[in-house]
Amino acid sequence: MRPAVVVTGISGNLGRTLAKQLHQTEQVFGVDRRPFVGRPKDIEMFQIDLRKKKLEDVFRRYAVKAVIHMGILHDPRMTGEDHHSFNVLGTTRVLDCVAKYNVKKLVVLSSADVYGPSPDNSNFLTEDAPLMAASRFPSVRDLIEVDMLACSFFWRHPQVETVVLRPVHIVGPTIKNAPSNYLRNKRPWKLSGFDPMVQILHVEDCARAMVAALKPGLRGVYNVVGPGEVPLSAIFEELGSQPRSIPHPLARPLLGTLFRYRLASFPPEELDHIQFLCAVDGSRWAKETEWRPTHSMRETIRSVLGE
Amino acid sequence: MVGDELEHKLKALERSQNEYGVDPFGFSLEYALSAIAPMIWIYRHYHRVEVRGIEKVPKGRVLLCSNHSGQLPMDGAMIGVAMLIEADPPRAIRSMVEKWVPTLPYVSTFMARVGQIVGTPENCRRLLEAGEAILVFPEGIPGIAKLWPQRYQLQNFGLGFMRLALESNTPIVPVAVVGAEEQSPALVNVKPVAKLLGFPVAPLTVTGVPFPLPTKYRIYFGDPLFFTGRADDEDAELEKKVKVVKAAIQTMLDAGLKERKHVFW
Repeated sequence: MRPAVVVTGISGNLGRTLAKQLHQTEQVFGVDRRPFVGRPKDIEMFQIDLRKKKLEDVFRRYAVKAVIHMGILHDPRMTGEDHHSFNVLGTTRVLDCVAKYNVKKLVVLSSADVYGPSPDNSNFLTEDAPLMAASRFPSVRDLIEVDMLACSFFWRHPQVETVVLRPVHIVGPTIKNAPSNYLRNKRPWKLSGFDPMVQILHVEDCARAMVAALKPGLRGVYNVVGPGEVPLSAIFEELGSQPRSIPHPLARPLLGTLFRYRLASFPPEELDHIQFLCAVDGSRWAKETEWRPTHSMRETIRSVLGE
Repeated sequence: MVGDELEHKLKALERSQNEYGVDPFGFSLEYALSAIAPMIWIYRHYHRVEVRGIEKVPKGRVLLCSNHSGQLPMDGAMIGVAMLIEADPPRAIRSMVEKWVPTLPYVSTFMARVGQIVGTPENCRRLLEAGEAILVFPEGIPGIAKLWPQRYQLQNFGLGFMRLALESNTPIVPVAVVGAEEQSPALVNVKPVAKLLGFPVAPLTVTGVPFPLPTKYRIYFGDPLFFTGRADDEDAELEKKVKVVKAAIQTMLDAGLKERKHVFW
């Protein structure tokens, strides 16, 4: 068997999109606690918890040329401890395996969310901007820790080509993350008087970016931007949603209560994303790779509805 | 709404718009043209602005440096309108808003759609590199909120604009606005109210709230100043250069005040 690309978190919607693109050119090993529904026959599946010793067996027994680490949880309902343990321990184990078994390439899927929406933000944050998301949203702390683990790995193991990708909000017909779920709502909340510029990325384009990151010689931290930025109101217009306008001093306490009683699936800190800017500059990625988004802004917006 | 001839001139200002009618910073030409009509009325009939020296503003990147006064940033709006309708070719300038502005509903969106942005160094760098004109008020909030006894006395200048100018090799045009100080004479800053509302200041003016009176504005544009040196120099070095700009503005202010016969005419 030729050297494989290990993809953690493959059973999620983004993972499966990636798998479908990648298995055409590479031998893919999927690693995930969840089963991979609709797995193509030529993908080997290992149903493992990343924190367990069994993960190492995959690296010990097979030749692994690259790891794409997407196995990061985003679940606001899970307790902080479990969430943190899975993400930080899991990532640490993956990084240990990459170092120990001389894997040449590591791609870590982080997120542009790490910069954190804030009124102080510049309109286009570059990769050097500090990762401030945890100041208003403590449970995003894991995401930042994973990003930082990957960045420090980059320096500690120069023989591995580490690529940390920070894509903007990923949306798509089957994606069930916060931005997609929010936009799919027929009557989403909006905060009265606020209309920030937002950036979104089609799930297929994101998967293509992860494939592009495998390019030999490529290493670094990159923001990945889709077709550009639009005001949030333009997205609502395109989708035909009728947002509910809530005054901002009321919104947080109200959403907090609804979230606590399971009448809403978004924690109140997420409201920052529809109030303040968290937009990034993707020019470094554009300069160093040939990747460009293939879906237009209109297509990307409409993909939320499954078109 | 804006008058066909003017509209035609202004259409030339179209920035890089995407299919949704906004530029990457959120500026919308359509929105801005509708918003500007009342501002043009204010410019012509309320503050009846007189402009001198606008032809001195060089093409390409430039930092317009002005004194700040009057509790509400009408001075910024009037300089903006002047650059749009009196300058040839018309220029849509950007001014730097305080980091507090994006926390305000409606105001935050309005500012973005008419092209104003948060005054971070990164934003400024990006725009200057694109050849834009940026309006800065180095006095900041202490300038606009100064009380009646301090009128026309320039407050402390921040050094940020000088660093930007040096870094990006941008000429600085000093601008003096005479007439804004008297639009809203403030007697005292009511700190507890400011704190309660989350505002940086809460001035008590002769009209109660800072509603601007129809004072006559005179805007003077000075000769462009060119500075060389290291942007990361010690503050003391930068202070020297900033003093030159401050002096230029103060001189124009003093001359303008001397010349002026009436506040309202």
